[in-house]
Amino acid sequence: MNVFVFVKRVPDTESKIKINRDAKSVVEEGLSFVLNPYDEYALEEALRLREAKGGRVTVFCAGGEECLTVLRKCLAMGADEAVLLKDAAGETYDGLRTARILAKALQAKYPGFDLLLFGKQGMGADNAQVPSMTAELLGLPQANVVTKLQIEGQAGSAVREIEGGEERVEFSLPAVVSAQKGLNEPRYETLRGIMAAKKIQIPVVPVEELGLAPAELAPGLEITDLAMPPERKAGRILTGAPEEAARELARLLRAEAKIL
Amino acid sequence: MILVYIEARKGKVKKAALEALSEARRRAEELKTDVGAALLGSGLEAAAPEAFARGAHKVFLLEGDALGAYSAQAQAMALEELVKEIKPEAVFFSATAQGKDLAPRLAARLGASLASDCTRLEIKDGKIEYTRPVFAGKAFLSFRLKSRPQLASLRPNVFPLLDTGRKEGEVVKKTAAVKPDEVKGRVAEILEGKGGALDVTEAEVIFSGGRGMKAPENFALLEELSGVVPRSAVGASRSAVDSGWIDHHHQVGQTGKTVSPNVYFAFGISGAIQHLAGMSSSKVIVAVNKDPEAPIFKSADYGIVGDLFQVIPPLKDELKKLLAE
Repeated sequence: MNVFVFVKRVPDTESKIKINRDAKSVVEEGLSFVLNPYDEYALEEALRLREAKGGRVTVFCAGGEECLTVLRKCLAMGADEAVLLKDAAGETYDGLRTARILAKALQAKYPGFDLLLFGKQGMGADNAQVPSMTAELLGLPQANVVTKLQIEGQAGSAVREIEGGEERVEFSLPAVVSAQKGLNEPRYETLRGIMAAKKIQIPVVPVEELGLAPAELAPGLEITDLAMPPERKAGRILTGAPEEAARELARLLRAEAKIL
Repeated sequence: MILVYIEARKGKVKKAALEALSEARRRAEELKTDVGAALLGSGLEAAAPEAFARGAHKVFLLEGDALGAYSAQAQAMALEELVKEIKPEAVFFSATAQGKDLAPRLAARLGASLASDCTRLEIKDGKIEYTRPVFAGKAFLSFRLKSRPQLASLRPNVFPLLDTGRKEGEVVKKTAAVKPDEVKGRVAEILEGKGGALDVTEAEVIFSGGRGMKAPENFALLEELSGVVPRSAVGASRSAVDSGWIDHHHQVGQTGKTVSPNVYFAFGISGAIQHLAGMSSSKVIVAVNKDPEAPIFKSADYGIVGDLFQVIPPLKDELKKLLAE
């Protein structure tokens, strides 16, 4: 079974975000970047499928050469191959542009796959668009925000989260699946894996060479502003015995905050 | 026209869809255009009056053999047919589990970029400016969309419901051409959560617990609080979830869900930046924590420094009294 995993390099969730003076982008200096946490679940699932059914796991990342570190991490975790789709555009917050790059790369250069795995969203842009868009561009079925996945022959079954419950999606392969926390427990890379990963060559494919029209590579968003949320004012501390504090809180929620 | 996709489950329209419809109507009036509501599947005529009440001028009912059990692929094909025919300027979804699944599929089909999970829409120079949280709410991005039609999904619980006072209007019935054998994936089964509990993203009040809850069985205290307040749900911090005390679908924060309830209660949650990111757009935040230095107090409107196990029982009684009045 040939599984492709699509990953993104994102700022660590503990990062404090600062905004550039242009008010359109974040300050990257001083941020620590990691493999998108949801992508770890996707990669782990791919590795488990390979262990159960054989085949290969190939990881793709679109971005600048700084993304090679996250691809190396994926190789160290156990992926067989990694490909950098080299793109100098930076964060465009445009899922369609990324999906076009991925779909075109597969059509033009990497056609043989059974399953495309993604994290349910890239932390930061938080769009949750690329898996469904890639599925649509390639005419494949999709299962997003998946917490359980089963593959039998050419048929897949996935449990995905919905409000207040779950639903089970059935689909045929090839297909797109996006991973939610809970799908599995991702492994750590081993020292041996890290050493082995260093020997693997990572092909670099410039996105300009994929045959996309310039209009398809142009960002679809015209950004007007990027701003910090209005700071919340520290409120009131209610003192006294727990019973008194609880009574005062209930009173304030109705009388002052006008809720409940 | 602004066309709004109306999500229905078991024939019942989702509140979040009506919020999106209400917002579409408010913006459409500024843009001097009208609003259409699209309902896909059979037996949805009964939902039309509600759509008119919440802002639709026209209701489109799309039926077809492929529109039974939900399939993003089939619904995107059916919506594309409708969009190509009526040529709306914009298509709105609600950013529910289904909206987030379907909207990008239609967007790619139409070759349009998508504004996901918007929390504010404004009209500037006759164009829609979209604002949405990025980095789970640590920052807000505003932008315009270059492609036409413009596609956007709107976050639930953010946009107020409108009442037009109207229950009637033009209903257009159509049959979608998409055939079942073109569809390669669809929902086979819906597995309801226990007791049909409300999801944190839909709740108006959230009682969340963190490391200070100390043990999994203590989350029953939050369940009891939730039992007292209608439209409420139980949430959790990442450390509570990672300790295995409660299921991940309760998790609020950057690796969980982003919520904006009317009141967010944080019990024994210190307030790590990745947690604050997921709940800081709550209208009112209440923190109960033993540690007076906990960062959560900097974001809380009301704070109680104390033992949550001593605060919860009287709080439950007070809330019960208050709601009975």
